[in-house]
Amino acid sequence: MDIFVQQLINGLVLGSIYALVALGYTMVYGILGLINFAHGDVTMIGALVSATLIQLLHAAGLPVPVSLLLAGGGAVVVCASLGFSIERIAYRPLRNAPRLAPLITAIGVSILIQYSAALIWGKQYIALPAIITPPSIEFAGAQINHLQIAIVILAACIMGGLIWFIHHSRMGRAMRATEQNPAVASLMGVDTHAVIAMTFLLGSAIGAIAGLMVILYYGIGHYFMGFMLGLKAFTAAVLGGIGNVGGAVIGGLLLGIIESLAAGYIEQLSGGLLGSNYRDIFAFLVLILVLLLRPQGLLGQRSGDRA
Amino acid sequence: MTSLRYASWSRQLLIISALIVAPFAIEMLLGRSWLRITDVALLYVMLALGLNIVVGFAGLLDLGYIAFFAVGAYSYALLASPQLAIHAPVLVIIPVGAALAALFGIALGAPTLRLRGDYLAIVTLGFGEIIRVLLNNLNRPINITNGPQGITRIDPLHISQFSFGHSHSLGGITFTPLHQYYLIFLAFVLITILISVRLEHSRIGRAWRAIRDDELAAQAMGIHTRNLKLLAFAMGASFGGVAGCLFASFQGFISPESFQLIDSVMILCMVVLGGIGHIGGVILGALLLTILPETLRYIGPLQQQIFGTVYIDPADLRMLLFGLALVLMMLLRPRGLWPKRQLTGQLTNRGG
Repeated sequence: MDIFVQQLINGLVLGSIYALVALGYTMVYGILGLINFAHGDVTMIGALVSATLIQLLHAAGLPVPVSLLLAGGGAVVVCASLGFSIERIAYRPLRNAPRLAPLITAIGVSILIQYSAALIWGKQYIALPAIITPPSIEFAGAQINHLQIAIVILAACIMGGLIWFIHHSRMGRAMRATEQNPAVASLMGVDTHAVIAMTFLLGSAIGAIAGLMVILYYGIGHYFMGFMLGLKAFTAAVLGGIGNVGGAVIGGLLLGIIESLAAGYIEQLSGGLLGSNYRDIFAFLVLILVLLLRPQGLLGQRSGDRA
Repeated sequence: MTSLRYASWSRQLLIISALIVAPFAIEMLLGRSWLRITDVALLYVMLALGLNIVVGFAGLLDLGYIAFFAVGAYSYALLASPQLAIHAPVLVIIPVGAALAALFGIALGAPTLRLRGDYLAIVTLGFGEIIRVLLNNLNRPINITNGPQGITRIDPLHISQFSFGHSHSLGGITFTPLHQYYLIFLAFVLITILISVRLEHSRIGRAWRAIRDDELAAQAMGIHTRNLKLLAFAMGASFGGVAGCLFASFQGFISPESFQLIDSVMILCMVVLGGIGHIGGVILGALLLTILPETLRYIGPLQQQIFGTVYIDPADLRMLLFGLALVLMMLLRPRGLWPKRQLTGQLTNRGG
């Protein structure tokens, strides 16, 4: 039974990270109807920037909490400006182009970011020195460490904050209006360009924090890590109902838990035939199953055009 | 009219004889490694034309196309290597490879029929990854694919006693394996072009175009969109499968390494860069994107000479340029380097 609780906890932590990345996908999709392929790579940049900053600040002798805070801030600034520039350069000029065009530029931007990162950080794995050794506590026969608790709480705060922002701020109202109908929103005096830029800014900033969490949790990063992470986060967004912010949160948590449980039990269930190296397939299977059985996702509304 | 047709026939004859002489010229002027690159370029032309059926004709964005190439390559490798100790004749394997790839195409197409462009892109991408993970892991409990090590000692292409792996001489001219593979690949490319051209102007091709431009309207006009979309997937996939068979026989060794997402993206690049839906453009795109990156290999030594060290790995530079090319193409020339003429022009010509 303790394996179950342990995998549930691992899944919750993993799921919180997926959910944060999924928010970036779902917000952009909700407003532009565009899959921002480069979002996973923006998260990767967040992870690698914070890894570098943590190393530098730690070497400079700053206390760990301060260097973590500064590294996170640095990553947020870098990713937010990256997301903003991507929208400005690669997506805005194509606002009225056929659907395929922005999708292809998105793939191009994704490749550009990946290989720019390969140039900056090299192609080897970036390891974070063990500067923090979070103490762990026993809970129902499973081990939880403080880092895991911190990740889940911080993720919950960010999601809550974002949902509040969308529903109660002036900008959030403009975002919802643009999502419903960009043309009418702009007639009502909403600066839709600014709203879209803001969406990219927010999504990328949240992605940066997810990147920081990934690098702290796993301790290693890689220029290609954004691909798998992005794909899983996208799956999470689809699972929850793409375009729906609450759905992204639920989808992320669910996917994390499904994946952890499946990876933990697959060897047992298949009699040792299949190992946890099949772990990465689950996300795709979930994606295909969702699209087959409930294409609008868990919380999404049915729309004839979308799926 | 007859003279015109005669002229076009003689021109075609000229082109074909130039294509047959080309490998000798390439080997003499540029060396053997470039002949090898040319052979690979022909395979990519086949792949790009196959993907063009799916993306260009039917408008279904497929980001996992390399999976069908992999299916074809592994069918050949398993049926003609010591791996399973089977050495089936080529004339059996290639149809099997094509059929298997088409089956996988339908398997991918069926659940994704209702999906719109960008969803389809993600699902096909996931499909490509699933195939790669399977190839990597199907070495236990029963060793089928030999996992990440791949399959070695694959039989060269052979038709009864004639093996493409050995040199043959005819009338005093020696044909090395590279020459022979060039000719057989060229034959396959020409068949692919022929099928593509015929398809484009057929009832099926027009139906695909209608689906691409407006699926709902196409459906209202009585086009059976489900079957036609599946057909597009199956046709495109079978081209990929045949190319995969040829690839396995040509290389003699395959591993899951050769079938990554980036390869799917590269084939898509060829289609997009050349001109989506335009056969000539797609061929141009495939040739450009196979040959231009090869010239980048001189960049490494050049950097060494000028700066003393290699700052940018040529392979990385290639990827950076790919990414940049994709973005710039969409921004500046969204219809490709050599796009298809607009439909309106065709209509007015027909009217006269």
